[in-house]
Amino acid sequence: MTLTYFLTMLISGLRLGSVYALIAVGYAMVYGILRLINFAHGDIMTLGVYFMIALMISLGLPFWATMIISVILSIAVGLIMERCAYRPLRSAAEETVLISSLAVSTILQNLMTMIWTAQRMPVKLPAWLSVANRIGPFTIKTISFVTFGVTAAALIILTIIIRKTRIGVAMRACSENRKAAMLMGININRVIMFTFAVGSALAALAGFMMSGDYGTVYPTLGFTPSLKAFCAAVIGGIGSLGGSVLGAFIIGIAEMLFAGLVPTNLTNYRDAFVFAAMIVILLFRPNGIFGKQEGGRS
Amino acid sequence: MLEIRDLKVRYGGITAVDGISLTVNDHEAVSLIGANGAGKTTTLHAISSLLKIASGKIFFDGVDITSLPADKIVQMGIVQVPEGRQVFTKLSVEDNLKMGAYLERDKAKIKANMEFGMNLFPIIRERRKQTAGTLSGGEQQMLAICRALMTSPKLLLLDEPSMGLSPLMTQEVFKVLRTLNEQGTTIFLIEQNAYEALEFTDRAYIMESGRITLEGRSADLLNDERVRDAYLGGDV
Repeated sequence: MTLTYFLTMLISGLRLGSVYALIAVGYAMVYGILRLINFAHGDIMTLGVYFMIALMISLGLPFWATMIISVILSIAVGLIMERCAYRPLRSAAEETVLISSLAVSTILQNLMTMIWTAQRMPVKLPAWLSVANRIGPFTIKTISFVTFGVTAAALIILTIIIRKTRIGVAMRACSENRKAAMLMGININRVIMFTFAVGSALAALAGFMMSGDYGTVYPTLGFTPSLKAFCAAVIGGIGSLGGSVLGAFIIGIAEMLFAGLVPTNLTNYRDAFVFAAMIVILLFRPNGIFGKQEGGRS
Repeated sequence: MLEIRDLKVRYGGITAVDGISLTVNDHEAVSLIGANGAGKTTTLHAISSLLKIASGKIFFDGVDITSLPADKIVQMGIVQVPEGRQVFTKLSVEDNLKMGAYLERDKAKIKANMEFGMNLFPIIRERRKQTAGTLSGGEQQMLAICRALMTSPKLLLLDEPSMGLSPLMTQEVFKVLRTLNEQGTTIFLIEQNAYEALEFTDRAYIMESGRITLEGRSADLLNDERVRDAYLGGDV
């Protein structure tokens, strides 16, 4: 194995990690505020890709327009999901809402199968995205740069929103103490809706990056990556945004290094490797790398 | 100012508040006294719209606020200092106060209210850069009160402000509440510490198992035999 090969794998790992990061942040935000692991999150990602394809094929809209409209449609689905499946269960036990999210996931996957069939559909991105750029010894596709760039921009914007804006302040208050936040006059429905909107938008973006790179979409596309992103959020310490981003990069890089370094007949075990790695990390850090020790909350 | 008419609240099959009515007039200090589990906190949560009520009406300045959401209640000028303080433990004292001013957009007013609170409790000024979680119970109670004052409430609801506080701290907190009341803030207080509550307030209601069993002027209740036996431990 050469250093170049290793670095190439590392770069692929970073690309994969940034896709996971976009998804993981959505998990972490919703968990932070609702203590809900939203298993339908990955399906929003898939749905975003289908929206994009449908808009491209049926309306023949340009790439950028389809992306923007698909993000908006994904946000709408996220909001409907919150309104219909989670809000009525606001005061129910956490497990109840969890089960509701599994139901939403199943419903969305079946809806996508009904509308677009279970067949893989090709995702054609503009040619310039697939251009392979030679940089020194490396060959990097333009979409990799776009993936890094979009992820970095999205995470920076999100950080600014959370740190500086009124709604960000309200989000932090809700995630620390929902009851106290309500008593401060914070409209928690608005905060929760905003959280789902941002999470869905990021998931849709992740979907574009993922499917654009793989060149295909199918109804269960979101399942495995979102499960890994969920692992990333858990490894990082679920609820901590920075932690989940770091967890996402750890998982993305570990996964690509594993795939690149083991003999070819073992590369199919990369998913198993990721989940095993998560178990090992949690054995040593039960609250994740950045998770707070429980008991600090009143 | 506040009028509750025949309020009922149920949790599952249990009736926590069973048809109570009470009023709090402008500039009054009124307390609701009762043992643990009598339904006092539930009553306060119903006013703040933190839970769904089964039946009854709540009026504020003549306006029906029964079905308003929690944030609108705060906007109307009813602010609660919750049981157990509920400060944002990970945020600094100053950020806690800013959080209390969430609905206040006037920067000058926020600053003035912050000053006002810090003058009431000078220790809060000293601690303003500290994380709220590092404060003592008494200091957290003071912070919770300052935080509630950030929107200049007309009616301040307090849930067991003396809970877990030393007698000295309790006195200091009640001294400030008296000042606030004299300056025009109406106060509705829930207490298990009946003696402190009756000393402090003008009028009081006694609550038992979800019903109001006795009401009257606090001074009279302090001398009422039933109250003395049940809540003041006999000789006071």
